[in-house]
This record gives sequence, structure tokens and C-alpha cells, in this order.
Amino acid sequence: MSRWLPRTYLTLVYLLLYVPIAVLVVFSFNDSRTGYEWGGLSFRWYEALFNNRAMVQAMWNSLWLALSAATVSTLIGALTALALHRYRFRGKQVLNGMLFIVMMSPEIVLAISLLGLFLMVGLQLGYVSLLLAHVTFCLPFVVITVMARLSGFDERLPEAARDLGASDFTMTRTVLIPVIMPALLAGWLLGFTLSLDDVVVSTFVSGPSYEILPLRIYSMVRVGLKPEVNALGTLLLVFSLVMLMLSQWILLRSKR
Amino acid sequence: MKQTLLSLSKLSKQFDDRKVLDSLDLEILDGEFITLLGPSGCGKTTLLRMMAGFEHPDEGSITLGSQDLTHTPPEARPLNTVFQNYALFPHMSVFDNVAYGLKMEKRPKPEIKQRVEEALAMVQLEDFAKRKPHQLSGGQQQRVAIARAVVKRPKMLLLDEPLSALDYKLRRTMQVELKRLQRELGITFVFVTHDQEEALSMSDRIVVLKDGLIQQLGTPREVYERPANLFTARFVGETNFFPGRVDALNDDGTIIVDVFGLKRRFRKPDFSVVKGQPLHVLLRPEDIRVLAPGDDDGVAGKVVERNYKGSTLDSVIHLTDGTEVLASEFFDEDDPTFDYRLGEPVRVSWVDGWEWLLPEEPAVVAEEETVDG
Amino acid sequence: MGNTLQQPFRTAVLVLVWGWLLFLVFTPNLLVVGASVMTRDPSTFISLPMNLDAYRQLLNPLYLDVFLHSLYMAAMTTLICLLIGYPFAWSLSKVARKNRLLLIFLLIVPFWTNSLVRTYALKLILATNGLLNNALMAMGIIDEPMQMLYTEGAVIIGLVYLLLPFMILPLYTVFEDLREDFLRASHDLGAGRWSTFIHVIVPLTLPGVLAGVMLVLLPAMGLFFVPDVLGGSRNLLVGNVIKNQFLDARNWPFGAAASIMLTLAMAFLMFAHRLSKRRIGEDGV
Repeated sequence: MSRWLPRTYLTLVYLLLYVPIAVLVVFSFNDSRTGYEWGGLSFRWYEALFNNRAMVQAMWNSLWLALSAATVSTLIGALTALALHRYRFRGKQVLNGMLFIVMMSPEIVLAISLLGLFLMVGLQLGYVSLLLAHVTFCLPFVVITVMARLSGFDERLPEAARDLGASDFTMTRTVLIPVIMPALLAGWLLGFTLSLDDVVVSTFVSGPSYEILPLRIYSMVRVGLKPEVNALGTLLLVFSLVMLMLSQWILLRSKR
Repeated sequence: MKQTLLSLSKLSKQFDDRKVLDSLDLEILDGEFITLLGPSGCGKTTLLRMMAGFEHPDEGSITLGSQDLTHTPPEARPLNTVFQNYALFPHMSVFDNVAYGLKMEKRPKPEIKQRVEEALAMVQLEDFAKRKPHQLSGGQQQRVAIARAVVKRPKMLLLDEPLSALDYKLRRTMQVELKRLQRELGITFVFVTHDQEEALSMSDRIVVLKDGLIQQLGTPREVYERPANLFTARFVGETNFFPGRVDALNDDGTIIVDVFGLKRRFRKPDFSVVKGQPLHVLLRPEDIRVLAPGDDDGVAGKVVERNYKGSTLDSVIHLTDGTEVLASEFFDEDDPTFDYRLGEPVRVSWVDGWEWLLPEEPAVVAEEETVDG
Repeated sequence: MGNTLQQPFRTAVLVLVWGWLLFLVFTPNLLVVGASVMTRDPSTFISLPMNLDAYRQLLNPLYLDVFLHSLYMAAMTTLICLLIGYPFAWSLSKVARKNRLLLIFLLIVPFWTNSLVRTYALKLILATNGLLNNALMAMGIIDEPMQMLYTEGAVIIGLVYLLLPFMILPLYTVFEDLREDFLRASHDLGAGRWSTFIHVIVPLTLPGVLAGVMLVLLPAMGLFFVPDVLGGSRNLLVGNVIKNQFLDARNWPFGAAASIMLTLAMAFLMFAHRLSKRRIGEDGV
């Protein structure tokens, strides 16, 4: 087969994937109000963004939510993965199946089911409901990431540590946790990004007391064009890029 | 006479419905190189893991000198293990791997440094202290694993198939190396393997295991030349089993046995024999002599396979009654009759006195045809 | 085996995990099933008696039209993703390993970027006086701006743009596993290029196709913000209907019934995927 055909094709698709992102970034520095033609270089939309107190508050809220959701889901997810990996217990298949269903089921189904639950138990919609929901949809991804690491984990390593005189606790501290650390970090970063990106579930389970960024963007972009969104989108893009590079770097380093 | 270092007494262990060890007794002597040999699933690894403390026996006890170790956790036992795939900590340098055990003992830093360096020098890896395990070859990782285990100066070193991941040539080098280390350190080595060649060349004593029972305990020579039963004979090296029948019992401690119609005079075996009793006549391939078809000694057959092995010439010969005979002869270029062609008729014989006799066994044991050497 | 972590710890972990999943996955889903067979009640959301009205309402021509239109858009999205993704994944699997890692990285960057923001970026391009129209007019292809935004096409473009990586990644995995020697063996046995494709490549990559379809088709019915941003009021997804029923119309039984339909669709696709994988397994590959 000729070589340039696949290459041209790959280039074309990548171009299509990146053109909208590039347009967004370029327009975020556009001075023009209408946003369709170039009106000169400007940082005014970034300024507008940071002068908008509600917007800044939503940013902090989102950041805090993503931080806490990623941390909680990493903790629970890592423990779940360890339990699935080490223990034999009844209903292990059911547990696995439930995690799989959470991962595969349409977000909107998860969203309405959680909304129903929170209303039934009388939970005020806000930070707590968001946290519970976000941890739930991040959980399977963390479990999978940690499980993948554990499946390549040499069962003899903990034994070797014990054999050399380490107590169970010391072994966990000096061998088990350092070895699965890359997976924990990768899982955490994944959870962080998923939480920061979520629109569907948050739309249902958030309340007026706790406004988060994706929902604020949502209300802005539904009608017309808002140049501030370009600036915000660019910031988010840079942020995710840094996070992604960080996670890839961690994974690559751990493979060596 | 060497003293007993570790005694295993009446050890039993069951996994689910399978008996892995069945009331096993074994005394391991101070300073010896003892090998646990057997096919997979024979209980050898379980036995080793029990000595290390990773498994606990359902019944029985393990004592080291006067100390009962049966329920001591692994970290409190004065024994160390070299694991099958080395189990080096991937996130630590070679130095930190070797130092791990000493750090657990909370030794002062200068002492740790000195002892780790000594241990690395012993396995010729002084220059690799800063590397990570993945930057080492298989053989080097193996050496680190050994250094890590011996740096604690254990009373005993447990080695779980440590050479199985290495290629043939490296395995031979490491065999010699391990023997040298054992002599220099003077500590007891308990070595687990399924490779009979490895067991024969390295051990002071070999424990042949099957189904959680000791089949034979003896020096390599005893195990090879005087197997205690058919299993050991089949598992250790290649053997021809010829059906024999006791024809006569002589007063001079010999018996006459009918083998393929030949009446041969053998030493009387340890077990009791009566006239007319069937028994197995065991002959190693190197005991077999292949003679020209015109010879009046031996049994008639024809060559069906010839394999040139460098120093020996291995052949498979089918006797007229269908019995397959393996023969391994030392190469002799001056012997004109030596080179038989495929299909050529020959006669098969052996030197009397090199045979080994075993009684018939119940059918269960005789079924063990699939065991590979 | 598992005795390196102690018993109380084990119990605590299992209780935590089971508790979480029972409370936040099992119970809520049960609630949805329950809600779907209840009667609509504007003040308490749902009330007795139990009935199948909600399911009957799904067949109401008004909603049936919306659902069929949503299904059509989702199917088109999936088909386009497959048509773009299949040759893409194939080409990608042939790139030298070193460059391939970079290319895969570039493929997942968008996945890590806020999807709402990316949808919005499309709006910049597709708007009536947006970049695409301006570019086409500048090139003289069209004389006056075309209506691109708020059309069915815009929704499909948005969905394809968001979901393409989810089609490509599973496909790439199967192509990476597709060993060159299978193809050589097929050629060696006298099969031509086309017949190798039909008899070897397609069956072996089928699980990847189905996994991709599963990952694209279902979200393509649920991502309600895409029509909200790009589609206007006439191009709704099942997700929009569910959202409206729950948050605006307060008709929970109907919304629940609609989401159960989505779940059943997911179950069906998962079953098909499993079946296709088993078939390959049984063929001894």
C-alpha cells in the first residue's frame, strides 16, 4: 500500500479535530466584540473573566469539587481495586458488574437516578450532592487504572519485603504504595478531569448554593456567542493539557 | 557428622480438596545443599514457602535448633528467600534493594553501607549499586536477589526455582556460581527445582517429591543409580524398563532373571524375591550396548532413530516384541561398526552389574507416563 | 494469599465499597425503575397508583417522532464516526511505534478538554456569519451565508466531533492486535485484498467496531447540551426529552421510562459486543 495515503488521511482528521480548538484559542485574544472577524490582539476577555466575581467563584467551586471528588474517588477506588485483587469474597462478580455498569451506562441515566435518590433522602442539592455524584462516576475509572497496575504487580514483592524483615505495615508503606503510586496519580488526574468536565450529571444534582464552572459555561453558550467563553475555554485547555502531560509523564516514568 | 539445622515434622497441608503435603518429615543438615525436586504440583514450593513462613501447615511443626518456628511470621525467621522471578523492588536502586533487610533491622548507616558493598562485591556487582532493577540483565537481577537475601547472614537460604527464568548457558554459569557461594558462605541452601539435571549437578542431597510425599532422599548418585521406585527412576534421567521374571535364586547372593528370553545373572535386590516373580530391570541409556546383527549376545531389534549429540550418539531401537529401547553411546570414530543406519537390524545388550531392579508397583504409580524430566 | 492485609481492614474496605455502590448505584437505579411505573404528580413528583402510562406515552406520536429523530441522528453520528474512525485506526496502527505514541496522545488531548467548550468552538465556525460561511463566501463558492447552525447537520457534526475518539480508541486496540501474519497467511492461502478484508480483517476487528458503536451511539442519544448549543429547538435528543421531563415538565414517570429505554439499548449493545468477542475466542484466535 502506498505510504502517503494513510498519512494524508491521518493529517486531515487531526486537522479537523484541532481546527475548532485553534479557532477558540485565537479568538480568545480577539479584540472584536462580535467575534467573527479579527479586531486586533487583546486580553480584554481574560480581564472580563477575572473581573466577574461570580465567574471566579464558580471557578474556585469547580476546582475544589474536582480536587475533593478526585481524592475521595482515588481513595475508595484504590481500596476497591486492592480488595478485588487480593480477596476472594462472595459477590465479587456482582461488584465488578456494578462498576462496569456505572462506567457504561449513559450519564443521563446516572444523573436522574441520583437526583431521585437525593430528593428521596432529603439531601439539599449543593456541594455534597455534587461530590457524591462525581465520586460515583469517577470510581470505576480509578478502579480500572489501579487494577491494571495491580495485575502487573508481582505477588512476590510483598513476600520479599516480609522475608527481609518488614512488618505488614512497613511492607505496605515501603513497597505496596510506592509501586502502585503511578496508578494512583493517574487515576486521580483522570478523576479530576472527569469531574471538571462534567455537564450532564451536574446539571441534575447541583443547586443554586454551589455554582460550578461547566454549568456557568452552559448557561452562557446556550444562546449566542460570548467572547469570555473563548478565554475561559483557552484557560481550561491549557490546564487540561498540563494535567494530561503530567499523567503521561508519570505513567511513562513508572514503566521504565 | 553434620548437625540437624531445621527439622520438619509431620507437616500436612490441604488446599481446598487437594492434599499438598501429607505428613512429611525431613531433617535439613547444617551447611548442606539440599534440593527439593519434583514435577509441578508435587508440594515442593509449598514446602519451601512453609519454611519461609508464607504458608502455615495444617498439622505438624517446623523447628530450628530448639526454636519452634511453625507459627512465626516470615519477618521474624532467620531465613531468607531468593524468589523465582527475583521479586526485586522496582522502585529502589540495587543498593536500596540489598540494604532493605538491614534497614529493617535498624542497623547503623555505616554498617549497612559496608555490608551492602560486601554483598555486592561477592556477586560481582559493585559497579551497579546505583542502577534500578530494570536496567540489569536477567543474570544480574538474579545476583542482586541473592545478595539481598544473604546480606542478612541468614542461617539458611531458600531458593525457589531461582534459575528457571535464565537461558541455558546462563543457567549453567549460575549453577557454578551458586555452588561457589554456598561453599564460601557455609550456609545451608534449600533449593527448589523441577530440573533433574540441575538437582544432580548441584546438590549434596536430593529430596524427590510427588503428591506431597517424599519418594526418595539421598545423594545425587543414589537417586540416579539406585532409584527407590519407578517414579524416581522415570523422573530423574531417562531409563529403559525391561520386564523381567525371576527364574532362579542362587545361594551366592545372585538371582537369575529372564529378560526377553535371555537368562541374566543379577545381584539379589534389597527387596525379597521369590521364583517366578515379575520385576522391572532398569537400565540407563548409557548402560546399553548396541551390537552388530551377527553378534550372538543380546536381543534383536532395529534402529528407528539416530541423534548425533556431539559427544554421544543417541538411538532409539525397536525390539522385535515392540519394546522401545533408548541407547546413548560415546562417540568412537575408530569403531567401524559404530555407525548404524536407520532401519538397520542390530542387537541390544548391556553390561551385567549395571542394572537396577525394582519390584512391580500398584497400577497407580505405573500410570505416571506423562511426567516430563 | 490475602493475609498481608488484616481481617478488620478487609471488612472495612468491603463494607465501604459495597455501601457506596448499594447506596449510590443500586438504590437509585431501583428508584428509576419504580418511578417509571408510578403516576405523575406535579407536587410530589410521583404518586400511586402504579401503572404503565409512562410507557404508553413513549408511543405518543409526538414523542415517538422525537425519539426516532434522535435515534436517526445518533445512528448517523455513529456511522460517520465509524467511516472516519475505521480507516483512521487502521492507518494509525501502521505508523512507526515512536510516532504512534505521540499521535495517540494528540487523540486524547481533546478528550481531556472540556466538551462544552469544544462544542462552543464549533459554534464559532458554523454560525451564519461564522468562519466557515465567511471562508466559503471569500472563495466564491457561495454568495450568501448558509444556515448551518441550528440544523440537524450541526448537531451531528457536534456529536461526531465530541465522540470520534471513543470510536477510534477501541478500533485502534483491535488493529494493534491484528497480527501481520494473519494477513500474510490469508494472502498466502490465495485470498485477494478484498477477500482478506471481508473474511479476515472485518471479523477480527468486529469487537472493536461494536465497542466503538457502544461508546458512541449511547452518548449520542444522551448528550443534551449539544442540541442546546448547536441544534435549536427542533433537533432534540432523547437526553433533552429526559432532562425536560425531569427538570421542567416534572413528569418523572415519563422521564424514567425514557431512560430505561436507553439502559435497555445499552444492555443490548453490551450483549452483542460480548457475543462478538466470544465468537472470535471460539475460533481459536
